[in-house]
Amino acid sequence: MLIKKPADTLPSEITAPDVYRDRRRFLQTAALALGGMALPDWAAAGERLANVGKSRYDAAGEKLTPLKDISSYNNFYEFGTDKFSPAQTAGSLRTRPWSVAVEGEVRHPKTYAIEDLLKLAPLEERIYRLRCVEGWSMVVPWVGFPLSEVIKRADPTGNAKYVEFTTLYDPRQMPGQRDRVLDWPYVEGLRLDEAMHPLAILAVGLYGEVLPNQNGAPIRLVVPWKYGFKSIKSIVRIRLVENQPLSSWMKANPHEYAFYSNVNPAVDHPRWSQAKERRIGEFFKRPTLPFNGYGDQVAKLYTGMDLRKYF
Amino acid sequence: MSKTQVWIAWLKALLFVACLFPLGRLLWFAYADRLGANPIEFITRSTGTWTLVFLLLSLSVTPLRQLLGQAQLIKFRRMIGLYAFFYACLHFTTYFWLDQFFDWPAIVKDIIKRPFITVGMASFLLMTPLALTSTNAMIRRLGGRNWQRLHRLVYAVGVGGVLHYLWLVKKDLTQPLIYGAVLTVLLGYRIWVLWRKHPWRSKRAMSAGTVRLQ
Repeated sequence: MLIKKPADTLPSEITAPDVYRDRRRFLQTAALALGGMALPDWAAAGERLANVGKSRYDAAGEKLTPLKDISSYNNFYEFGTDKFSPAQTAGSLRTRPWSVAVEGEVRHPKTYAIEDLLKLAPLEERIYRLRCVEGWSMVVPWVGFPLSEVIKRADPTGNAKYVEFTTLYDPRQMPGQRDRVLDWPYVEGLRLDEAMHPLAILAVGLYGEVLPNQNGAPIRLVVPWKYGFKSIKSIVRIRLVENQPLSSWMKANPHEYAFYSNVNPAVDHPRWSQAKERRIGEFFKRPTLPFNGYGDQVAKLYTGMDLRKYF
Repeated sequence: MSKTQVWIAWLKALLFVACLFPLGRLLWFAYADRLGANPIEFITRSTGTWTLVFLLLSLSVTPLRQLLGQAQLIKFRRMIGLYAFFYACLHFTTYFWLDQFFDWPAIVKDIIKRPFITVGMASFLLMTPLALTSTNAMIRRLGGRNWQRLHRLVYAVGVGGVLHYLWLVKKDLTQPLIYGAVLTVLLGYRIWVLWRKHPWRSKRAMSAGTVRLQ
């Protein structure tokens, strides 16, 4: 009787490790998603946020940009460099569990669970204009609380002059980080007095609902008088520092992006004009306002500074 | 008409319709509200991209017809080139009308101050005489040799088009570099042919349309 020796596994039949790991990740995600359904405090995008107060800082009379546009036209390079990718791929970001470390030149460093941050201060709605450095703008009803609430509790030392923010780094959750378009993780910064300004907020929602992932869930910065890229998304670290932080865009192109990046129609981007902007949903361009229209509140932060030099 | 001529006529008709796909897609997206939050940007990007695609397609006709030994391919080049100009016209109309809304001072400033717009505008201007001299009558009037000399401008247009894309991108250069690589191959092929003093390269053979396989 002839007993055939079974053929060895051909190299082509072996599942490549990355495919194998993808499968494992798929199962993990599936398990998480199933588990999530059972959890009562699973904060899904679009879930209603409770006890949101109205703010005195409202862009009165301006028409809100529809939620559909705010959540489908995003610059969030961690999920791809075009505007449409983040809405399609940001589902892979897990926003629970999530923690934010507040550290550096502070007397009371602390790592907050996101649930505790949400209870840190009363949530309020802030309707702000958002002006992107690319020349388009929106009006967004954010939900959040002043950034100063977090900084005050940390009690900065005398050395603290700036605040440095860092986004999550995890290429498995943020596929765009597999391409070295920017030097990941994304880093942004503010001067301490800018960060303490009442207009600067940490946002956790928009339109009264939990922030969609593509808009920077679970927690992001919103600094309405600066170009949009300053408002860093999906923050994991807030660090008080002595020296001016080097932001991701400064690192990527120091000639085109500087630290302050205040909205300024008089200072063009080296490659395009900043004099006008297209409000999403409008046909005609509208003139861009100095400090994005928040000059009355923030211009005093920059008295005596040459804003052409410190653009 | 010979059998080949019938075939070519059909293929030309097919190509004509196929080349309308990008426009049809835009119109459909506009109708179905799928242009996204910033429709003007979408239209600008789309018409610009397709201009570049048709430009590169028109530049690949000569290499393809030589490498594949399909002399008949030349019959489709004019249409592809004219479609490149057609999408370039849509691209410029979008810029003048939808984007700038005929704000001439702003447009002039843009052209002077922004290198990517300067080079884009220059490329468009260079395309115009090529489109105008694309008819059989104009080819006859100019004479094959002059016509061909004039139409070498398309190489500059191709380089200008890729630079225009490269300089406008904020950070991620992947897409413009892909177009740049294709252009490099297409122009590199011509340099290579010249360098080898290839018999096909002789102007007499090209204007007469007689192509022999080596």
